[in-house]
Amino acid sequence: MERKWEELSPDERQEALFQRWLSPKDHEGNDLKFKSPKAEKAYKERVTRFKDAIQLKKLPDRVPVLPIVGFFYTFFAGFTPKEVMYDYEKAVSAARKYVLELEPDVHMGAIGPGPGKFFDILDYKLYAWPGHGVSPNSTYQCLEKEYMKADEYDALIQDPSNFYCNIYLPRIFGALQAFTAPSLTNVLEIFGLAFNFIPYGLPPVQAAYKALMEAGNEALKWAMAMGAFNEEIAAAGFPAAAVGMAKAPYDTLGDTLRGTRGLMVDIYRQPDKVLKALEVLTPIMINTGAGAAKGAGLPLVFIPLHKGADGFLSDEQFKTFYWPTLRKLLMGLIDEGCIPFLFVEGSYNTRLKVIRDVPKGKTLWSFDTTDMAKAKEMLGDVACIGGNVPIDLLAVGTPEQVKDYTKKLIDTCGKGGGYLMANGVALDEAKPENVKAMIDATKKYGVYK
Amino acid sequence: MAGNLVNTLADLKEDEALKIVKDRLNAGEEPLKILEDARKGMEIVGKRFADSEYFIPDLVYSGEILKAVTELVKPKMTQAAKSKKLGKVVFGTVAGDIHDIGKDIVVFMLDVNGFEVIDLGVDVPVQKFVDKIKESGAPVVGLSGFLTLAFDSMKQTIEAINAAGLRDKVKVMIGGGQMSEEIKKYTGADAYGKDAMAGVSLAKKWIGA
Repeated sequence: MERKWEELSPDERQEALFQRWLSPKDHEGNDLKFKSPKAEKAYKERVTRFKDAIQLKKLPDRVPVLPIVGFFYTFFAGFTPKEVMYDYEKAVSAARKYVLELEPDVHMGAIGPGPGKFFDILDYKLYAWPGHGVSPNSTYQCLEKEYMKADEYDALIQDPSNFYCNIYLPRIFGALQAFTAPSLTNVLEIFGLAFNFIPYGLPPVQAAYKALMEAGNEALKWAMAMGAFNEEIAAAGFPAAAVGMAKAPYDTLGDTLRGTRGLMVDIYRQPDKVLKALEVLTPIMINTGAGAAKGAGLPLVFIPLHKGADGFLSDEQFKTFYWPTLRKLLMGLIDEGCIPFLFVEGSYNTRLKVIRDVPKGKTLWSFDTTDMAKAKEMLGDVACIGGNVPIDLLAVGTPEQVKDYTKKLIDTCGKGGGYLMANGVALDEAKPENVKAMIDATKKYGVYK
Repeated sequence: MAGNLVNTLADLKEDEALKIVKDRLNAGEEPLKILEDARKGMEIVGKRFADSEYFIPDLVYSGEILKAVTELVKPKMTQAAKSKKLGKVVFGTVAGDIHDIGKDIVVFMLDVNGFEVIDLGVDVPVQKFVDKIKESGAPVVGLSGFLTLAFDSMKQTIEAINAAGLRDKVKVMIGGGQMSEEIKKYTGADAYGKDAMAGVSLAKKWIGA
């Protein structure tokens, strides 16, 4: 008899999620039909390779390779970022070309660029995207602002849902400016009940809801195309990495609510409120990441780390403001059986001692410019590490240089497993022959004997 | 006399620093002298940052305190502040890239080290760099970028400086995000600065300060 999720231990949950990753379903919920026995074997080997590298229990057959692609496949296929954002078939065909031709162990699907029309409908303010604030040839870029004001901590802390619905969303979506979701916790009983629903009768509010419905239709259309691609490419033997994402609470606050400067000043002017807000955001981040991972049956939860890098905070500030709630997030995800996949931008040399305080074999850390020998030494016994192939080399170097770099990384960090080959930051405009060199060199030199 | 503004600002004690400024203004002190002390305080902040005693939040916060000090002092000013500058630097994030945090840190450090920085902002068109170099006669140009697309934008910017016949009149440094010696070669820049302090050293070297 199958036991309920609630009854499983974190280890059993992790095993269950890995099993789901190993045995994917099609869109109707049946076992996925692989294109050939060879494809099925390759699929399972790839997932197992990841599992072994992450869990630190068994030596994998070789170092797994997962390029973090960004918009790379777009350029590789000869499209502009604008084209793939507005034509989902182009996004899919570009991702397909990349996966089938370069054969990474695990891929990130075609979801990176996102649905342009959906952003148009909502008039998304938080980002500039190709043709909408940046050129059609450019990738999207964050428009950092104080979307939450310095004096709004109490509003966020007291009722984060209400803050998001009524204050934050109207600021980041032009089409939702009138989206003042009436607080339905006002609903008591029959007497006076109808008063609460008056806002839904007002034309500007109705227009906001209409935009939401249109956006929903577009999101669904896009998601169907993305899901179909993952299914097709899985059938060909290539597993998807993750669809779930979470963020360190400090990054959520600093990236998209208060802004970098805003938050940096807040940690001086109102440190207690910052700490409270971080606590409030933590369970929300856990649910966001774990919900998506469990829904998709993929254990990895992608967590890009931004504002805790070397130089961005002092040691003391890192230990006070960044790490405690990041660790809670990691533990919360691990408890749900998920594998936090930390994409550590910048360098983390001064943080290694602090972050090694995680349970063994439950996390994956992909670094950017961190000293990899030091990372292996400090984290090798508790976590799988990876990353570091530099984007400048991939963009302007030669395949020979990339091959040498990749081999050197395997020599430095590959010993005993627990290592993943990946690039440091999103590939975007890397030379295809260099990306191929990174993948091929891993396959050649990363084999464990 | 009230506490020392230079040190209070350098130690990032906002409330105390503002109180000193108010007291000194009330005592009828010359606003320019107060601003000069504030500048000295910021110089110490810059030095502590260079020595890794301070980090980015400390820089940002010091900037906020300075802003508040200036707001108090400005209404009482009768003459514009004039301090001797070491030399001009034209600075900006290159076309297509809208990242500003790294650029602002270098601009801050150049400024507290005595350079006159002409900050063109982000997503700066190639021609704007050329025009500003011509107009200002600045001998140093700083190109900032975070994304991989900045590699080509930097290259194009330097090519345009070249085409305008200005290449031998300026030294160009690049920095930010994923820049490196490799990218320096690719873009044709004169130097790559790993961090803000490297940018200051380069400017000093080139301007002969």
